[in-house]
Amino acid sequence: MKSLIQKLVETPGPSGFEYEIRDAVREAIGDAADEIRVDALGSLIAVKGKKAAGGKRVMVSAHMDEIGLMVTHVDKNGFVRVTNIGGVYPMTCVGGRVLFMNGTRGVIYASDLKPGSQPKISDLYVDVGATSKEDCPVKVGDVCGFERPFQDLGKRMVAKSMDDRVAAAIAIEALRRLESTPNEIHFVFSTQEEVGLRGATTAAYGVDPEVGFALDVTLSGDTPKAMPRMETALGDGPAIKVRDASFIADPRLVDWMVKQAEAAGIPYQMEVLTAGGTDGRAIQMTRAGVPAGCISIPCRYIHSPSEMVDTDDVENSVKLLVKLLSEPIELD
Amino acid sequence: MTKKLEISAGKVPEIGPDQFALLEKLTNATAVSGDEHEVRQIVLEEIKLIADDVKVDAMGNVLATKFGRGENRVRVMLASHMDEIGFMIVKKHDDGLFEFERVGGIDERQLPGKAVLVGRDHLPGVIGAKPIHMTTRDERKKKIEVGSLRIDLGPEAGDQVKPGDWATFATRFEILGPSIRAKALDDRLGVAILIELLKHAPENIDLLVAFTVQEEVGLRGARVAAYRFDPDMAIAVDSTPANDLPNWDRDVENSRYNTRLDAGPAIYAMDGATIGDQRLIRLLTEVAAENEIPYQIRQPGPGGTDAGVIHKVRAGVPSLSVSVPSRYAHSAAGIARIDDWANTLRLLHTALSQVSPDLLAVERRD
Repeated sequence: MKSLIQKLVETPGPSGFEYEIRDAVREAIGDAADEIRVDALGSLIAVKGKKAAGGKRVMVSAHMDEIGLMVTHVDKNGFVRVTNIGGVYPMTCVGGRVLFMNGTRGVIYASDLKPGSQPKISDLYVDVGATSKEDCPVKVGDVCGFERPFQDLGKRMVAKSMDDRVAAAIAIEALRRLESTPNEIHFVFSTQEEVGLRGATTAAYGVDPEVGFALDVTLSGDTPKAMPRMETALGDGPAIKVRDASFIADPRLVDWMVKQAEAAGIPYQMEVLTAGGTDGRAIQMTRAGVPAGCISIPCRYIHSPSEMVDTDDVENSVKLLVKLLSEPIELD
Repeated sequence: MTKKLEISAGKVPEIGPDQFALLEKLTNATAVSGDEHEVRQIVLEEIKLIADDVKVDAMGNVLATKFGRGENRVRVMLASHMDEIGFMIVKKHDDGLFEFERVGGIDERQLPGKAVLVGRDHLPGVIGAKPIHMTTRDERKKKIEVGSLRIDLGPEAGDQVKPGDWATFATRFEILGPSIRAKALDDRLGVAILIELLKHAPENIDLLVAFTVQEEVGLRGARVAAYRFDPDMAIAVDSTPANDLPNWDRDVENSRYNTRLDAGPAIYAMDGATIGDQRLIRLLTEVAAENEIPYQIRQPGPGGTDAGVIHKVRAGVPSLSVSVPSRYAHSAAGIARIDDWANTLRLLHTALSQVSPDLLAVERRD
């Protein structure tokens, strides 16, 4: 599974420009799904299972897009100004490297760096090695993401875009391992989550599920002076989300998820996040409303180029997801 | 999809005396978000004999349909907003003085001393400003909060005005050489363009035209209009700022111009609400190149258009925004170039004529 994660995290695809990661996801799914389609905003939806007695139409959503930068201006000396796509921390950009969708590579730095203060997005620029506007291989509107290799540290893995490609990998792996289910499951690899849950919003309307699960990373509280303060820690198992800043998971679903984890002997932890948002909100607020929850993969350094997850948490997330999807979902 | 379209007079709409007269009527009208009545009446008058179907929905959007001919027609929605930024009277004081609030995004610093027109009767008033000889230097360094400003209508006119009435800047439309000076170019330019496109609707598509309400206060009208139309694709036609004057320090490039006058219609790669569908961007840029129509890419950054809500309606709608650049947006008076207006109309008409089911049969990709 590590090679699948590596393939996905290293594929470029900021919000709105997910076509390469969509191809990678589709290739990884192969013929494991009953049906695959792509919707109006580019989300890929893979269906598996037929609804049987006690079964439901279920949506599982992991987002394919990553944060990135879009070119706003190329100056007369060929330096490239950018704006953010999604929540980019300028501090994590300075000295970093980027890969544009057209293959161009560059270095990000900041002008107007004042000692003791943090740069703003408008201070950033990318140096692609051009010497003038005319010989610059990128133009206004072009996009790039961080470029960093995947690192296998054994118990831990580090890469950019673990948010949310690790969850996409978990969804693909669960789809492959799923043997029998009473449910009709729509695995949605959603687009444009980082700019406001847009792909999941429209995908959920199209799928019209009876229950939904988002799969995303979540912050962990186990680094020095971690803020916000959280119990969630790497290695303590997949996190069952109680709430984040965008939605409160259906308590009936949360209780049911806990029961399934305990019945199958899968380690888990509870997650209370006072920040952030996930596709769970988009599913919950669809049409006349949908009971929604979320399995979160604890992750350090989210939205930096070096996001870290625990290998066992990832494997246990797959096990938990397979367990949940194989059962009739009882909410009452 | 990429064959060159023959352009001849009468096929592609052009800007002439009728179009100037209509834009003058539109920009001089008062239609602040929430009471778009005056512009709605002008729109209905213009389109009632052309559209195959016209509805005014619950929020006041005008929804006009022009059916094309032939099989498998793509349903294309166009949206421009009828509302403008302005003011609302909130409290009456003695002697024809009124407290007011802003409707939509207006910089407070632009208000003192401006002439305004209040209510459906366009009663003239002024946002009072203290004469300079009676101010102190310190006072002049601070901006005045809108709560301290008053619209002065004088006692007689004041009797006809009540809290809840809307008001706008009093600017009147003028043609200045290659330019137009008017208020509410955002988005009466779009409204004017959509009327022309309806009048010259290409026959290969079904054209679903929404003249929307309440865009300036949160893209509200467009959401319900798109839900009703349920289109295959959508283009929002708006006006966007051109902050293209040179920097004070001429050695430093102006790198935050958003768009420039005279550079043609502005196609949006990304704004604060929408990441444009690359298939539609490609259609427009290829049509522009083949037909030698100038265009520019609006700098990605904050701001939004009706596309921001349209693309998220139901199961999603591939969408794009295209705008006519104008200087001094959301102020009393804006400047736009007639050529930019004409080229926006030309680009949209030519592109719409080339829409076919092939366009959306491929997945969204660059």
